[in-house]
Amino acid sequence: MTAPRTMFEKIWQRHVVVDRPDGYTLLYVDRHLMHDGSSPAYTRLKARGMGLRRPDRAAATPDHYVKTDSRTKDVPDPDHRRLLNDITTNCNETGVTLFDLGDARQGIIHVVGPEQGLSQPGLTLVCGDSHTSTHGALGALAFGIGSSEVTHVMATQCLWQRKPKSMRITVDGSLSPHITGKDIILAIIGKIGAAGAVGHVMEYAGSAIRGLSMEGRLTLCNMSIEAGGRAGMVAPDDITFAYLKGKPFAPKGENWDKAMAFWKTVPTEDGASFDREVTLNAAEIAPMVTWGTSPEDVLSINGRVPDPASAPDAGKQENMKRALEYMDLKPGTPMDTVAVDRVFIGSCTNSRIEDLRAAAAVAKGRKAQIPAWVVAGSGLVKQQAEAEGLDRIFREAGFDWREPGCSMCIGVNGDVGTRGQRIASTSNRNFVGRQGQGVRTHLVSPAMAAAAAVTGRFTDVRKLLG
Amino acid sequence: MDAFTTLTAVAVPLDQANIDTDQIIPARYLGKLRPEQVDGYFHDFRLDANGRPREGVTLNNPAYKEAKIMVANYNFACGSSRENAVTVMVDNGFRAFIAPSFGDIFFNNCFQNGCLPIRLPADRVARIRVILHELPGAEIAIDLPSQTVIGPDGQKDSFEIDPFRKDMLLKGADEVKITLGYETDIAAFEARQRQEMPWL
Repeated sequence: MTAPRTMFEKIWQRHVVVDRPDGYTLLYVDRHLMHDGSSPAYTRLKARGMGLRRPDRAAATPDHYVKTDSRTKDVPDPDHRRLLNDITTNCNETGVTLFDLGDARQGIIHVVGPEQGLSQPGLTLVCGDSHTSTHGALGALAFGIGSSEVTHVMATQCLWQRKPKSMRITVDGSLSPHITGKDIILAIIGKIGAAGAVGHVMEYAGSAIRGLSMEGRLTLCNMSIEAGGRAGMVAPDDITFAYLKGKPFAPKGENWDKAMAFWKTVPTEDGASFDREVTLNAAEIAPMVTWGTSPEDVLSINGRVPDPASAPDAGKQENMKRALEYMDLKPGTPMDTVAVDRVFIGSCTNSRIEDLRAAAAVAKGRKAQIPAWVVAGSGLVKQQAEAEGLDRIFREAGFDWREPGCSMCIGVNGDVGTRGQRIASTSNRNFVGRQGQGVRTHLVSPAMAAAAAVTGRFTDVRKLLG
Repeated sequence: MDAFTTLTAVAVPLDQANIDTDQIIPARYLGKLRPEQVDGYFHDFRLDANGRPREGVTLNNPAYKEAKIMVANYNFACGSSRENAVTVMVDNGFRAFIAPSFGDIFFNNCFQNGCLPIRLPADRVARIRVILHELPGAEIAIDLPSQTVIGPDGQKDSFEIDPFRKDMLLKGADEVKITLGYETDIAAFEARQRQEMPWL
């Protein structure tokens, strides 16, 4: 009898094309997602005189460089204009499915993939973007790659990989009200550190994870990379299957039954062992806020800015001092007294319908005290939100309701803050300069971002909603 | 791709842990063509709001100007998958990185660009950084065939590297070409998958 296997192990083994004696594996890629940053990879492919081996397994949408105040491709920056035109030309020339600007299906690639049913259990999925770990929420092995590897996948539909190690993060117990996938993943990163999962594929398990909606799981897996993880995944279950049913690229009819039979075999088998195990108690997780310049610099909204004097070693102390100086925070300051200048609700981490509902529940009947943007993750999310009247709630509360794209998460489209601004952001990275030169980013959940917007400072959302 | 065999060069220390690829090249440079990205190299890390060199930043010290090796701290080049983080380093003269650990995607991207990322134990890397601070402009010698690094103090350390990656670097091999050599295997895989997963 063979030993029980993890979900990762099973997906990996199923996709081995060649196992070399030196331990390197040629792994088959089932799904390849692309965005407007894929242009250099196409250029290299063309220079080889090659096309895509499997255009039928690729899909693309522009997200990084699109404007969020209009749908024009005629953006002011000539480099960005070129990238937005390149993706159209390249996809049309090579027969790749494209959800282009003007199509309601356009959006952030990590929102669009699951939404279209392209991301499915048991698949290998890659994209030239580190947040590809998102798609693991459906029980896929999904990870980000560099531009040269994108060319390699285009040309061969395969990647050379050394098998990563495995790690299981078990979160058991009941979450308090208003605690989301974002708070869970921030708590995990706070516990294991930004390098805590380097070289590992993370599987999230436990009752609190199984209780999360698909949106919550997507948020959770999205930030696996912020813990250093190669990928993050959640076992597919009835929530996954219900989410996929009827999606445009999900299997239909007889194929649905065949796929379901396979999908049910994907989860980790009882007794399978992981290289590392980490556990968290769901009941202890509070709304989280980052205070520094790495996602590991995180604490509860009820906490105080830490003192570098408490650091375990001189190196960490120096890092903390530098972070606090950049963030303009003093040790001992209660987080819920820190004033915020601006709010961003969006990104591949938190721009799905459930995220917008959670933010709207806080905004409803209140007024934004500071500029606050809401950038839906896709045209379809935006339509859904408008059908539910969420846009009206946001507008009446003084929030700016914008067109889909990566926007202020990375700011390459020009959506950036101004030097010195403090932003409560539902995105994934609080790195120095991430949202603009000299801009201070604090990562929070959508409800916490909305709470900051209506109070002008970090506020425990539970105090507003009871 | 340029081959990598041996490299003896000035090494520059970078003490901060968790240096992310946004520090190595800020996002606003990413949409540009490669020749226009060269100035993006640690731009905001090196220079203040007025474009003046920040004090105490090793990358601004002329003694390290000829550096081709960077000696960093743990989780070096974490974050975004931007391959520009490797290419902008290459375009500023770098070919090798030594750290206790790396962001996985950056680590893989190095091999696509003829660069060698070397993992050494944290205490040894810390010691090398101390020496490089004490002796700015000191050299490190890297020998890929024997998988050794000779530090500025003369101490020789061995490092691990996947034989596949080592071979590719030594030959400056074209990975796509190598993979195309496995065409029969790929086609067989696809035929099998069409049977097993007809919904794809």
